[in-house]
Amino acid sequence: MLAAAAPNAAAACSFCDPSVQPILELIDVSKRYGGVRALEHARFACASGRIHALLGENGAGKSTLIKIMAGVVQPDEGRIVLQGQERRFLHPQDAVNAGIACIFQELSLMPDLSVADNICITNPPRRFGLIDQRAQRRIAEAALARAGAEGIHPLAPVGSLSLSRRQMVEIAKALAREPKILILDEATSALTAADVQRVFALLKRLRNEGLAIVYISHRMHEIAELADDCSVFRNGQHVATFEAGTRSDAETVQMMIGREISHAFPPKTPAMDQAPAATSAAAAPPRLEVRALSWNDRLHDISLSAREGEVVGIGGLDGQGQREFFFALFGVLRGVSGEIRVDGQAVKPASPRAAKRAGSGIALVPEDRKTDGLMLPMAVRENLSLAALDALCRGGVIDRARESQAADRVVKQLSIKAPDLDDAVGTLSGGNQQKVVIAKWLLNAPRIILLSDPTRGIDVGTKQEMYALLRQLAAAGTTVLLYSTDYAELIGCCDRVAVFFDGRIVRWLQGDQLTEHALVSSALNIEVAA
Amino acid sequence: MNERLRYHLRAHRGAYGAVIMFIVIFALYIAKHTMGWTVPVLTTATNKGVLLAIVAMAQTLPVLTSGIDLSVGMVFVLANCLASHLVVGTPLQATLGVVVVLAVGALCGLVNGLIIVVGRLQPIITTLATGTVYFGLALGLRPVPGGDVQSDLADALTGAQLGGVPSMLLVLVAVVLAVWVPYRRSTIGRAALAIGSAEAAAYMSGVPIGRAKIVTYTLAGLLAAIGGLLLTFVTYSGEASSAIGGTYTLNSIAAVVIGGTSLAGGAGSAIGSVFGALVLRTIGDLLFVFDLEPLWQPLFQGVILLVAVSLGALQLLKVSNRLELFK
Amino acid sequence: MNGVVLRLKRSGQLPVAAAALCTLALLLVGSLYSSNFLSADYLLLQLQIASFLGIVATGAMLVILLGGIDLSVPWLVTVGGVMSAASAGWWGDAGATFAIPFGIACGALFGVVNGIGVAYLRVPSMIFTLGINAVAQGLIVVQTGGFAPQDRATPTMHLIATGRSLLGLPNALLVWIVVGAAAMFLLHRTALGRSIYAVGNRERAAYLSGIDTRRVTLLCFVIAGACSAAAGVLLTGYSTKAYQAMGDAYLLPAIAAVVLGGTHILGGRGSYLGTVVGVILITLLQSILSVMQIPEMGRQVIYGVVIIVMLLVYGRGRRMSE
Repeated sequence: MLAAAAPNAAAACSFCDPSVQPILELIDVSKRYGGVRALEHARFACASGRIHALLGENGAGKSTLIKIMAGVVQPDEGRIVLQGQERRFLHPQDAVNAGIACIFQELSLMPDLSVADNICITNPPRRFGLIDQRAQRRIAEAALARAGAEGIHPLAPVGSLSLSRRQMVEIAKALAREPKILILDEATSALTAADVQRVFALLKRLRNEGLAIVYISHRMHEIAELADDCSVFRNGQHVATFEAGTRSDAETVQMMIGREISHAFPPKTPAMDQAPAATSAAAAPPRLEVRALSWNDRLHDISLSAREGEVVGIGGLDGQGQREFFFALFGVLRGVSGEIRVDGQAVKPASPRAAKRAGSGIALVPEDRKTDGLMLPMAVRENLSLAALDALCRGGVIDRARESQAADRVVKQLSIKAPDLDDAVGTLSGGNQQKVVIAKWLLNAPRIILLSDPTRGIDVGTKQEMYALLRQLAAAGTTVLLYSTDYAELIGCCDRVAVFFDGRIVRWLQGDQLTEHALVSSALNIEVAA
Repeated sequence: MNERLRYHLRAHRGAYGAVIMFIVIFALYIAKHTMGWTVPVLTTATNKGVLLAIVAMAQTLPVLTSGIDLSVGMVFVLANCLASHLVVGTPLQATLGVVVVLAVGALCGLVNGLIIVVGRLQPIITTLATGTVYFGLALGLRPVPGGDVQSDLADALTGAQLGGVPSMLLVLVAVVLAVWVPYRRSTIGRAALAIGSAEAAAYMSGVPIGRAKIVTYTLAGLLAAIGGLLLTFVTYSGEASSAIGGTYTLNSIAAVVIGGTSLAGGAGSAIGSVFGALVLRTIGDLLFVFDLEPLWQPLFQGVILLVAVSLGALQLLKVSNRLELFK
Repeated sequence: MNGVVLRLKRSGQLPVAAAALCTLALLLVGSLYSSNFLSADYLLLQLQIASFLGIVATGAMLVILLGGIDLSVPWLVTVGGVMSAASAGWWGDAGATFAIPFGIACGALFGVVNGIGVAYLRVPSMIFTLGINAVAQGLIVVQTGGFAPQDRATPTMHLIATGRSLLGLPNALLVWIVVGAAAMFLLHRTALGRSIYAVGNRERAAYLSGIDTRRVTLLCFVIAGACSAAAGVLLTGYSTKAYQAMGDAYLLPAIAAVVLGGTHILGGRGSYLGTVVGVILITLLQSILSVMQIPEMGRQVIYGVVIIVMLLVYGRGRRMSE
């Protein structure tokens, strides 16, 4: 069974069976944002009873395509054909009414409203013109059950739920609309491993019931497990559509980024594989030493030590205290007990400002760059200098020349693609924005840099550059702590990995022991076979 | 049933707090008052308190959408001046006058809503500017204080009914039942809360944002006009005073906050704001009844207001992740 | 023409340019009514009057840039005026020398309390400054009623508010120029200014970048309090008497001037130059309305309508779908 047509075929779709009519087709769709072409004469088609994966780098146009399908955005050109009829969706509600339900990366839930209110937010059951609370609750319970999330109480305010639970509510909300087409945009990124499996089973069940499912994800193994068909986009254009399994991973990545990647990860420093006592650096105190760190109910008795130039991975399932650990080191948490030492000196950072000071030199690259890492309307240059203002000032006055020099230097070092440093940082692509966040901290020459899931939602090409950067930083002597939910990344980038479970470090893995199997088992707190 | 109650209490704890505050303060007031729990005392108290309560209700609606309406005080004054012209004469004429006054209030709210939604201007500066316009119109209607009002109607509303229940209280309950309860339970009212909670998410969910905001601001104008109308019955005249308008606007914001509604929107209740307003009014009376020198009253009122709105700061002591302080 | 507009838009200076254009239009309209309008004397008088509003607007702008709002302006203006006049009465000659700094310091002290409430107690600025306004009013009432202090301005205050020295320019205008230059320097050239924009844009991200956001907020409210009080001192000098409710007429115009000058009401964006133009625009508008002898009613309505219309021209937000 071969893929039916070559890329850029004139036909609107290229399934194995040409007699299958697609339920939804986007034909010749273009969309421009200011000067940026998000989509250019793109074409896409999906059929009922199949899971169709959308692949492509950030900026390839996948999100824009989805938004057009969901009625959030209108195309500048092109047609949408639903079940043979041409349609226009001027408003998200139009798409919902037409049977298209979309689950976005940014959740569409209102935290102050209850789960039931959120699920039935539009077209709730009514009695005498007012909302029928009891009927609404029944609908919510049914939707939650269908999504496999019976444990969630319909009256609970969504804001009180964990991120993973909220994502399940989001899925229940989409299902409650009885869609014919279900679109998921990175919908599993926040889920716990157990919930991911539940969602996969759900999607397969829905597919068998005849739904058309469109699925965007950056995780190749998910796509391998779920997808029936794959479409690749690059630079706003459709590249190819083929049946899943008919192309190798390497070929697929090649289509996505348009160039070959020789190796995934830069080589590690061999010296780091050995135990600290063996090297001469043992005489000096470790760069970072943490003893019996505890906080509230979330961190218990954490002890860790990391050397100069070491890349230490922080692993484990989502929500086991990894983020809180970084916050504790960075001075964000109150009531932290235990000891933190940097280069032998005890430090007790009371705020990020204290943590970044020369005495400790700790930097944190947060997970969500848009809300925690950048001021989107401010210029790139201004964002870059934000953490290092004290150093760039003389008596409180900013030295413009020094600021420009530093900014230019770091932009070059990280190959940040920004045509004009005075443009708003919000105009840069996701990968470049993330580079700006890291660059901001490099201006401070930190001794320890904490990175919280830095490659989430970043395209393959930029990921490569970041891995190389991490190695460079380590080679220059910075201690790097990398929290990642991607096993391949942890194995490929890190010298050692500390696996977290329930706020404790349950296992250290390095060298030969550092395998995906070991990571997964430790994350689930299962005994690892020797 | 138990859990439904639990969720309900947790969601409305601010409002219930305001109710308790009011009961305590009012009890003190009645206890210290020379005449105590008598019809005249209750009637006077409600006549003053209900006015602010209704304007506070008006303010609650835009606040729930994480907006604000700085023109409620001026619509209040405008309605007062208009009523002093129109709500006179025969019962039929007076009724017609009432309808016109309420319609004008709703129209003012509608204009606010349209500028905010269609013009895409921020509520704070929009209502600041429209407030000036509405005040100007009020000045045009009543350059000097004067006018009259249908005396039978006024007497009835400022007196007591059914053996001692102040009429104003009945009016307040009627307004709550006729305006707030249907709004809160309707799709539009819930849409307003959704907008205040997370506007971008609400848009993606298909919530009719424009329509909800316009209805919200229109109802706010209507409620403010009801307050102004009632003011006319209490004072038997119309006065275009920017001091009164300003005071009512600012006090309505204070009442909303004391009533447990967050200025950030998304959660809250107009009933809480009603009790917040009653708390504010009663505090003033309380100081009077405790023979506090008139000279010190404004200061005490100011300090108490400040303390009341700062009470929420006590929750900060529990926060152990400082990031929660920011947004 | 389109190219110029596009370039202005991108540099963020479109509101300033639009406001400047409207100012010129107002001048032309005024000159049609009375030829006096374009005379140097009249214009200098306008600038002198604008200086009072300009100083208040400087403080208001800083707070608005942070994403907050200072509703304590009315009574902090009064505090400045009343306390500076009073100090002359209390401490005789020494008091007269220190009258001006004392008045400003009183305003700054209230600003400290504002800052503590907003930055450290995390009470929304709208409601906390409202409370401080009420407390300031209460204190002034107690002070003037209970102690009947002197309410006359010192000769120095009067000189600064009404006199003309350098090049025949009003002293009040010179004060505004100094304050304004300092504000511009602060905002565009110092770390504090950069931090103010950062906090106004996204306090969370600023905090995680190691900025002491609470101290920045506190400082802005202190400066705002000092500015309001300084305007009160000048006003007292101008009218030679301090009186209650001095500041009531300054809150709305100050906010309107800041917003018309292009500062975003939710914070994070805006230039001081815009505020200057906004202040002059509002002052001219008020002048024209009084020169044309339009009744108070008409003035209020036109005032409000002009603000709305101008904002609709260049102050609109973005569509939800963008």
